[in-house]
Amino acid sequence: MDGTGRGFPALEGSGTPSFLDHVTAHHPGLLPFGRPLPAGAAPEAPHGTTIVALTFAGGVLMAGDRRATMGTMIASRRIEKVFPADRFSVLGIAGTAGIAIDMVRLFQVELEHYEKIEGTLLSLEGKANRLGAMVRANLPLALQGLSVVPLFAGVEAGQSTGRLFSYDVTGGRYEEREHHSVGSGSVFARGALKKLWQPGMDRAAAVSVGVEALFDAADDDSATGGPDLVRQLWPVVYVVTDDGAARVGQAELASVVEAIVARRTAEHREA
Amino acid sequence: MAQQFYVSPEQVMKDRADFARKGIARGKSVVVLSYGGGMALVAENPSPTLHKIGEIYDRIAFAAVGKYNEFESLRQAGVRYADVRGYSYDRVDVTARGLASVYAQSLGGVFTAEQKPFEVELAVAEVGDGQDGDHIFRLNFDGSISDERGYLAMGGRAELVQASLAGSWAPGAGLATALHWAVGALEAPRAEAAASSPGTATALDAENLEVAVLDRSASRIRGSHRAFRRLEDAEVAGLLAAAAG
Repeated sequence: MDGTGRGFPALEGSGTPSFLDHVTAHHPGLLPFGRPLPAGAAPEAPHGTTIVALTFAGGVLMAGDRRATMGTMIASRRIEKVFPADRFSVLGIAGTAGIAIDMVRLFQVELEHYEKIEGTLLSLEGKANRLGAMVRANLPLALQGLSVVPLFAGVEAGQSTGRLFSYDVTGGRYEEREHHSVGSGSVFARGALKKLWQPGMDRAAAVSVGVEALFDAADDDSATGGPDLVRQLWPVVYVVTDDGAARVGQAELASVVEAIVARRTAEHREA
Repeated sequence: MAQQFYVSPEQVMKDRADFARKGIARGKSVVVLSYGGGMALVAENPSPTLHKIGEIYDRIAFAAVGKYNEFESLRQAGVRYADVRGYSYDRVDVTARGLASVYAQSLGGVFTAEQKPFEVELAVAEVGDGQDGDHIFRLNFDGSISDERGYLAMGGRAELVQASLAGSWAPGAGLATALHWAVGALEAPRAEAAASSPGTATALDAENLEVAVLDRSASRIRGSHRAFRRLEDAEVAGLLAAAAG
């Protein structure tokens, strides 16, 4: 019986639990990096900016600001750049937003697809490696200026030790300790995290530190958006614990932002 | 020169159908039924790892009887079809009807064109917002497809199981009650066997059952787009005890 797939194209080329491999082989046009671009510079497109991630006692947190820029213009004030990858991991993206958001969708399907085909979750390392393969597949576009740099964080299912993985444009994967940030404001966010992060912080402290690091990044980097008190726009913050990934609510973020703003106003500092 | 005998197409089809039917009738049964909080899929299956029930997509599940390798490859193909469709359009654009018709084409094509037909029978279930929105499709080895209301039984002695469900099923039941009906129906062939040869056990315990639900309120309460959830043995035993008590 060699022709089990007749009339069912999806059955042809079976045997891989990877959605990326399946789509690459059978529907390459669906990939965000599926077609080669003609030579020449790519036109200007929205760029996502700063993502921070940090570990705390019981898990890991990731936060991203809400700004996308296009050259000197603000392309969006409410873009979301941090996403749940599956139940126990999250990812944030910096770089060309159009490709990055599709890469996030592809990665989410990749993890869910593996889980459904194999009946088990991928290990955290396995997930991190799959994301690296996607970033590497995007390398030809990155060479033309359309790069995507993700930050990946999660816990192993059933455990509560948060782990962080950063990437370079060639798909290189590096495990980070304590905290990390990517994007245009990452230099300033990292400086803030170095002073604010403490070992063994609880969840509430971690949320506050993540938001404040983005606050500092927005202070010095024009492409990073600070909390918008007029429109009530707060960073997107996810925490992952052994209970799964959950988005931090708007009310909690509002009070965290208000506390930071009130403290800094009272301190009356210039820089 | 070898003599080629004439065999009428009717005979060919009949032989193939008999062959497939025999293969399916050897297996144990599976029940799919709709209840107030979602849909339950219940199989008599002593193996904790070789599943007869599986998740396809957000609100769609799959159940099968027959040869494991054949329905497993069909299940994987269904997951691939649904994931590609959901990725290229949107999650809401993946429907049980679309999946069932692709399965029907595939089964029908193999039935007429291949050496041997699939020895499987499939069910595709989709949970809706209310019990009126639930869909259950039954797919036969020859690609014929039917739309069942409320409940479905398939596998060995399916007509006995189906008759038992027809007697008990009613809309609006809770999970424990629905599970009780399903297990009662699955026990019907065993009860008949016990009547003819006394001494065989009739009761099915949680360890010999594979149970999964499509939770109607998954997105509203658990915040998850995936409605499919397997029930552990302990949870099944608890529900059955609750329904009996």
